[in-house]
Amino acid sequence: MSIAVRHLTKKFNGFTAVDDVSFNVETGELIAILGPSGSGKSTLLRIIAGLEIPNTGEIHLTGIETTLSSPQERNVGFVFQHYALFKHMTLYENIAFALKVRKVSRSEITERVNELLELVQLKGLEHRYPSQISGGQRQRVAVARALAARPRVLLLDEPFGALDAKVREELRKWILQLHEQTHVTTLFVTHDQHEALEIANKIFVMNKGRIEQEGTPREIFDRPLTPFVAEFVGESNFIEAEVSEPHLVRWGPINFSVNGYPLREKMRIYFRPNDVYVSSAPEQNHVKATIAKTRFKGPLIELTLHIGEGKHVIAHVPKGVSFTSGFTEGSEVYVGITEYHSFSKS
Amino acid sequence: MALAKAIENIFPQRRKRRVLPGFGLSLGFTVFYLSLIVLTPVSMLFLKTFDLTWAQFYGSITSARVLASFRLSFGTAFAAASVNIIFGVLLAWTLVRYDFPGKRIVDAFVDLPFALPTAVAGITLTTLYAGNGWFGQYLEIFGIRVDYTPLGITVALIFIGLPFVVRTVQPVLEAMELDVEEAAASLGAHRWYIVSRIIFPTIRPAALTGFALAFARTLGEYGSVVFIAGNMPMKTEISTLLIITRLEQYDYPGATAIAVTMLVASFILLLIINVLQARINRKASSV
Amino acid sequence: MIGLQYAAGKLPEHDLMVTRSSRLSEPRWVRWIVIGISLLFVVVFLAVPLALVFVKAFEKGTEAYFMAVTTPDALAAIKLTLLTAAIAVPLNVVFGISAAWLIAKFNFPGKNVLTTLIDLPFTVSPVISGMLFVLLFGLQGVFGRWLDEHNVKIIFAVPGIVLSTIFVTFPFVARELIPIMQLSGTEEEEAAVVLGASGWKTFFKVTLPNIKWGLMYGIIVCNARAMGEFGAVSVVSGHIRGATNTIPLQAEILYNEYHITAAFSVASLLTFLAVVTLIIKKVAEIKIRRQASTTNSQSFTGTL
Repeated sequence: MSIAVRHLTKKFNGFTAVDDVSFNVETGELIAILGPSGSGKSTLLRIIAGLEIPNTGEIHLTGIETTLSSPQERNVGFVFQHYALFKHMTLYENIAFALKVRKVSRSEITERVNELLELVQLKGLEHRYPSQISGGQRQRVAVARALAARPRVLLLDEPFGALDAKVREELRKWILQLHEQTHVTTLFVTHDQHEALEIANKIFVMNKGRIEQEGTPREIFDRPLTPFVAEFVGESNFIEAEVSEPHLVRWGPINFSVNGYPLREKMRIYFRPNDVYVSSAPEQNHVKATIAKTRFKGPLIELTLHIGEGKHVIAHVPKGVSFTSGFTEGSEVYVGITEYHSFSKS
Repeated sequence: MALAKAIENIFPQRRKRRVLPGFGLSLGFTVFYLSLIVLTPVSMLFLKTFDLTWAQFYGSITSARVLASFRLSFGTAFAAASVNIIFGVLLAWTLVRYDFPGKRIVDAFVDLPFALPTAVAGITLTTLYAGNGWFGQYLEIFGIRVDYTPLGITVALIFIGLPFVVRTVQPVLEAMELDVEEAAASLGAHRWYIVSRIIFPTIRPAALTGFALAFARTLGEYGSVVFIAGNMPMKTEISTLLIITRLEQYDYPGATAIAVTMLVASFILLLIINVLQARINRKASSV
Repeated sequence: MIGLQYAAGKLPEHDLMVTRSSRLSEPRWVRWIVIGISLLFVVVFLAVPLALVFVKAFEKGTEAYFMAVTTPDALAAIKLTLLTAAIAVPLNVVFGISAAWLIAKFNFPGKNVLTTLIDLPFTVSPVISGMLFVLLFGLQGVFGRWLDEHNVKIIFAVPGIVLSTIFVTFPFVARELIPIMQLSGTEEEEAAVVLGASGWKTFFKVTLPNIKWGLMYGIIVCNARAMGEFGAVSVVSGHIRGATNTIPLQAEILYNEYHITAAFSVASLLTFLAVVTLIIKKVAEIKIRRQASTTNSQSFTGTL
């Protein structure tokens, strides 16, 4: 196992940034640590890199306890959000830095740096300075620099946060490709769920210093285990209502079946807009609704559906379906919810 | 093993290492050097003060001559700082907001009093304002005497204190966001209104800090003043000269008494400066 | 109102006299007056005195000038000044780097106290600074008797001059480096450390190149002040001609003895140094600004 973290806690002046976090990462995995700002994810990453010392807990990298070792000793690769390239050195010198420190021979350095320049597709630019290249290029240099000494683990701290949306998208694909080529255990921190869902093998969702859920992107998205995960990942409708009959929550004309909650229990129920099935003809178990508003969202149409007395539901319908079914504002449709997750409010 | 873990959980604060290297070394050397070069001499001063009884101390600093020198030193420092705050702000404004050929040279010039030895400033200003000097000869026509008067001292202190106001106000002006002024203009405010109600209040703390810095610096000024002043006791004798005089007479306690008084005054000024600086920083961040 | 004028093409688009949008500036005549007053002030109080030094120095011709600066007393003064600076400046540079590293890269209790203490010599009058050393090492001072017994001379001798100069120029390098190092943050150093570099390696390869202009300016200013210090040295030196006179003290003596031209000739040496200092400062400033702006230019995304 590549990374094992046990009961890690880190406090800053009374504020707990990382709260009793434990997890394992297998060799070769590509893991995303996803969470809002302030959730402790960057601190966690920095602890693994050795840039912060935890108050309690242990870290083992490839089986060796490294909790108290200095960053120099750990041989991890770290990529900063704002690149932290050495601005007075050329790209070549930046990438070669870790090797020069380890007193590798000149010819070996040249070979390795060229290899990396090829890998990050920046061959020919090695004599430029960081100020002379674009943001996306700088980040690729930062990755190459981190990989130079063949670290056992690659850590990326919101690596694409400072870049334009389009560049971000392309670099996302590029990181995935890179990982497939190098097979280095990779951990990256992000607040962008699309990033996490798109490229990670596994996602750790963090909130307020704790890991709320661990799982594949599919699991995180389809089966959120806590209200926070349900709300944070993907878009959601949520409703609050009581268990009025055994195993049943009524919300207007819609019935949700819930198991294992007593009567009068206050529940929060989440369901995704794309799990709201809309049809123009009545179907079994569907309720009547009126389309209050339609909004164009690129590949899909967002429908705000009015389901009686102030109850609204958001549905996402593929553009083609919406067109063929003739969904316009004011028209009557039939709505069924195909998947939902219930949590007790207490 | 379990016991070790249990202990670890009871005393979680045992890890205090720093990530960036060099803390121990830099702290050790810095404190050592600081103590050696600064703290030891300064503490000597306060120790020596206790050689005197309070009555002796009081008597030493309230003799007519000493009081006259205090009046002179504080008075001229205040006057010079007042002149500097006006022209210093004006100059800072010119350097930040306007463009003209030679601007860079003027900007570099502002630091001249900082880089020039005070004695050179002293003999230069005296020669300049002497009765037959380049400026002195014209001023004499108007009956204005500069050398050997408090006016001369003030002129020298204006020279010395100018960079303090300019260099404190300049960065604040440079950091001012243009959009606040644009917002005011779009709301109908005309230029003078913007300058007086928006810009001046913003630079006021910096200007006052510059004033305090110039005042503190010129309070203890010696080299640039001692030539132009004439050094007549009770008339144009500055406190620092009095300290030297007492030292030469081996009246260490007397010299110390004056020095301590001036230091306390400077310390109070430093305090005011720091409070003002904190105000600037708070204002800058609360936008 | 102004906007309409601008739209109507009535206001010039680029005005030589304004660095920011001319829509938002004072009327032209106001600008002229303000610039005029400022320039007048600078000329009267700064430029003319500077010119005077050189005019007076060469008043009796170039030959007289060179004779004035090569008398035995003048040469001794020059030597002493250079010696003092050669000792004081490197020591204060090492301290300055150490203090700046400490204050800019770490957080610890008492940091504010430390910063205030470092500023202390800056706010104390030079005369009082010199007096402190007299109190310590003078005949009636704390160590006076001991020094006399062992025939060690500090006051009225070179060591005293060196010590008081170190004291007075103590904060200069630190004050210059601290804001620069604080501005550049800790990320590059952290990156170097994670990549395996030791403390010294990180400092020399990563930190030093980033502060080189600020360091250069700090050294130059510290040097100018060390060579030009008058008040403190005056108290401590005893004015012993040919032995304990620095260049400023020598200029004072010549002036008081009415050798005006010779005084200015000697003074011109340090004045020239002051001008060089100003030039280097300007250059350093430009370089530092350029550096800061390229670090912040993340808006340049261009191609991937």
